[in-house]
Amino acid sequence: MTFELFIFYLLATIASLSGLMMITVKDPVKAALWLVLAFISTAGVWITAQAEFLGLVLILVYVGAVMVLFLFVVMMLDINLAILKEGFTKYLPIGGMVIISISAMMYLVLGPDNFGLDVTGEPVLHPADYSNTKAIGLELYTVHAYAFILAAVLLLLGIVAAITLALRRRSTGEVRYQNIDKQVKTQASERFKMVKMKSVVEEPIKLKEKPEEEDEK
Amino acid sequence: MFDALQAFLSTFLFDWLAILITLVIQTVVVVLPIMLVVAWLTYAERKVIGFMQVRMGPNRVGPLGLLQPIADALKLMTKEVIFPDQANKYLFIIAPILALAPAVAAWAVIPFADGMVVADVNAGLLYILAVTSIIVYGTIVAGWASNSKYAFLGALRGSAQKISYEIAMGFALVTVLMISGSMNLTDIVNGQQGGMLNWYLLPLLPMFFVYFISGLAETNRTPFDVIEGEAEIVAGFHVDYSGMTFGVFMLAEYAMMILISFMTAIMFLGGWLSPFEGIPVLETMFAWVPQLGWLAFKVSLLLFIFLWLRATFPRYRYDQLMRLGWKVLIPLTILWVFVVGAMKYFSFGPWFN
Repeated sequence: MTFELFIFYLLATIASLSGLMMITVKDPVKAALWLVLAFISTAGVWITAQAEFLGLVLILVYVGAVMVLFLFVVMMLDINLAILKEGFTKYLPIGGMVIISISAMMYLVLGPDNFGLDVTGEPVLHPADYSNTKAIGLELYTVHAYAFILAAVLLLLGIVAAITLALRRRSTGEVRYQNIDKQVKTQASERFKMVKMKSVVEEPIKLKEKPEEEDEK
Repeated sequence: MFDALQAFLSTFLFDWLAILITLVIQTVVVVLPIMLVVAWLTYAERKVIGFMQVRMGPNRVGPLGLLQPIADALKLMTKEVIFPDQANKYLFIIAPILALAPAVAAWAVIPFADGMVVADVNAGLLYILAVTSIIVYGTIVAGWASNSKYAFLGALRGSAQKISYEIAMGFALVTVLMISGSMNLTDIVNGQQGGMLNWYLLPLLPMFFVYFISGLAETNRTPFDVIEGEAEIVAGFHVDYSGMTFGVFMLAEYAMMILISFMTAIMFLGGWLSPFEGIPVLETMFAWVPQLGWLAFKVSLLLFIFLWLRATFPRYRYDQLMRLGWKVLIPLTILWVFVVGAMKYFSFGPWFN
């Protein structure tokens, strides 16, 4: 067994196990963390297949950003697991049918007939100085430039749409904004005013004269 | 680095075992000095801040207090690790490991001198960016697993801050990539040969500051240490950690500080290249300095700035911090990507030829 093969089997085992754990574990936070592990090990498998750009971007984008935001949401939700699990037996037959049909479709597309060296051809083993990043970049920005730009515009559209959906516009009188530029540029003279005044000297206490008169008033 | 050793081992061992042993030795050779630097960086920090505040700093253990880090390490290791009652045990233990592992793993592609690198990979820059992005999990898992409001608030603040500044950091790296035309860190340094004017510092001056400021935010150093915010949330995400589990968080923070300093030195300050290259007298005068010496000098200068900033600035308010990241640094980096593109188009200066 070569070292690469050893690493591949190690990462592949971790990836499948963590995928399995992700769908079986009860706590959604733990499920998300298992998914993170699955992403990282999958990225490792991709890197052993000399697709280091894709592997690193998978870690950077999905593990480093998307899953963190996902964890945020899951951690802050107060999920009642008992309610979620309600009606499990009731929906089991339907779920089972869906599972069987999806598995069948996956078998048709991803089954052993469509894989193997005789179908895909022998993969090219690139030398050590081969840059996967450069190869992908050249393809993306020349052959597939329009598709790439279209995808970028679609993503931008998604961002704009999400912001518009979540935007709650209120009248300016209702909301007060902080002008941080002004706050940052503030000087001590604007906040702190020196006032000159004479020192207050306490008068010596005089004895009250004629307390009877006070009472009469 | 150790091809000869691997060749020697594979004469009488399985191939994969020889590779594995060589890898382990390489890891130890790189990680052990870093851990030592981390230990004495904590000493330097206390001493530097002490002098800035006109006091002595540690001066009891050993001459000039030099053995203080060892005493600290011993103390942390012998203290009891306390598990909060309602904490999630596994995640509570895993969190510090998640914080430290990426901070150590990133060193695999850092070149210490020409050819002195564990893995001279093509996508080094991307690898650093990807691996350091995992560090967020240490924070967020620690905050959640502690099952404490303070820890959770600190974790939420800290991770939101980290992923925000990562964007600015990524764009700053993109400009370095554009100017050097390579993601290999050795190639990036070699592209800056020919004296101080050829360093990427000048054409990328705003990016240098953006990168360093984002680095401060990534490592949660003052003025961006809202994650700990003693005044509001006790000690933030690691309130409930004690003993060595806390020590591992500290190790991770300081290892990241050194990593950011190394990256800044490599990308903007010419890495191991002498600043006197091309200057007649000075070049021969300083020819004896090894490459690692120059890199170490630049890195210590940057680390000093880290400590200096801590002694100087108060903590940012959270909304101002987010504003700085999203409304100042990110637009600036996007603008500079176009500026660098224009500079490349017109073959500007000694950097683009």
